[in-house]
Amino acid sequence: MASPMNSPGVPSGLGENVLLTKLDDVANWARANSLWPMPFATACCGIELMATASSRFDLSRFGAEVMRFTPRQCDLMIVAGRVVMKMLPVLQRIWLQMPEPKWCISMGACACSGGVFDTYAVVQGVDRFLPVDIYVPGCPPRPEQLIQAVLDLQSRIKSGGTFTGKEFSLRILPEGPPRFEPDEIQRFQDRNELDLKRPTYTPEH
Amino acid sequence: MKELPAEIDYWLRSKLPAAQVSSSSFRGQSRVCVDRPNIWESLRALRDDAGFDMLFELTAVDYLEYEGARDRFGIVYGLLSIDTGKRLIVKTFVNEPDLVLPTVTDLWKSADWMEREVYDMFGIVFTGHPNLKRLLLPTEFTSFPLRKDYPVKGRGERHNFPIITRAES
Repeated sequence: MASPMNSPGVPSGLGENVLLTKLDDVANWARANSLWPMPFATACCGIELMATASSRFDLSRFGAEVMRFTPRQCDLMIVAGRVVMKMLPVLQRIWLQMPEPKWCISMGACACSGGVFDTYAVVQGVDRFLPVDIYVPGCPPRPEQLIQAVLDLQSRIKSGGTFTGKEFSLRILPEGPPRFEPDEIQRFQDRNELDLKRPTYTPEH
Repeated sequence: MKELPAEIDYWLRSKLPAAQVSSSSFRGQSRVCVDRPNIWESLRALRDDAGFDMLFELTAVDYLEYEGARDRFGIVYGLLSIDTGKRLIVKTFVNEPDLVLPTVTDLWKSADWMEREVYDMFGIVFTGHPNLKRLLLPTEFTSFPLRKDYPVKGRGERHNFPIITRAES
């Protein structure tokens, strides 16, 4: 991030003691190396999350071991496990309570897509209602995968972060999957008072 | 203490002459079916006079498209006598236009949450219940998901949440 000042005009001897950098880079360096996760562990992925933080896998090697159970002290939400209908408002509220800058890791098949729980009560992926930065596949993922996700997030923060958080304010669109399920389409129509007929397929041959 | 379901059947008939009672037994489990108007009186008689002082279960069954079923919903009361350890299943049936049953919270306090759960999942109303509202599902939920005509994926309730984008959060 830094280079010695050895341009002409600089007093000799100063170059070894002064680093030149940008404010964005300092902020990114500090943010990436001190991620404080909010463990939103609702299911068996939470066990892997605990294993990741404990001594065998030791997430603290990457500066992300300080799990805080209040969202006001966290900047990385790790959604580990399935999220049901009654839990989603809680999740959204916790996300809104986290201070900026903040990131979200969706860990495991259930948090990413609902997994095998394709039922009326389980939300089919938290990214439908929350902005997710990194997805971790697996059922449940290995701790190494979660560590890789944290490393990916770190490199992402270091490469694209800004001091003022400009990159967040550009993400104004929902980032989840496109709405494709019949009940979602129906609800969309009802909400917008549309009456779209589903296209009927007639084979030519 | 009444032992066999036939004995309980006979005893209930003598207690409540107006009730339609039938009984059966399966693998040592005694079952008594009572018609709906007399269910509360039958349960009260079983509690006070036959010694079934605990209600260990209260649930419902949807018999939609069930082979040989004549009624839509069956309500199942599981009674236990703490003194003798005997168990008895009491069933009654309700049908679609009026899914109403008298509450048994005045007989057993344990029926409170179980009746709320049956209301939550099947939409069966227990008249006289002190606090009949949804127990497990969110209060804004409008359907009754354990009915057999409810789709497994729901009617879109799981997608009905505000979407938080990154810019506004």
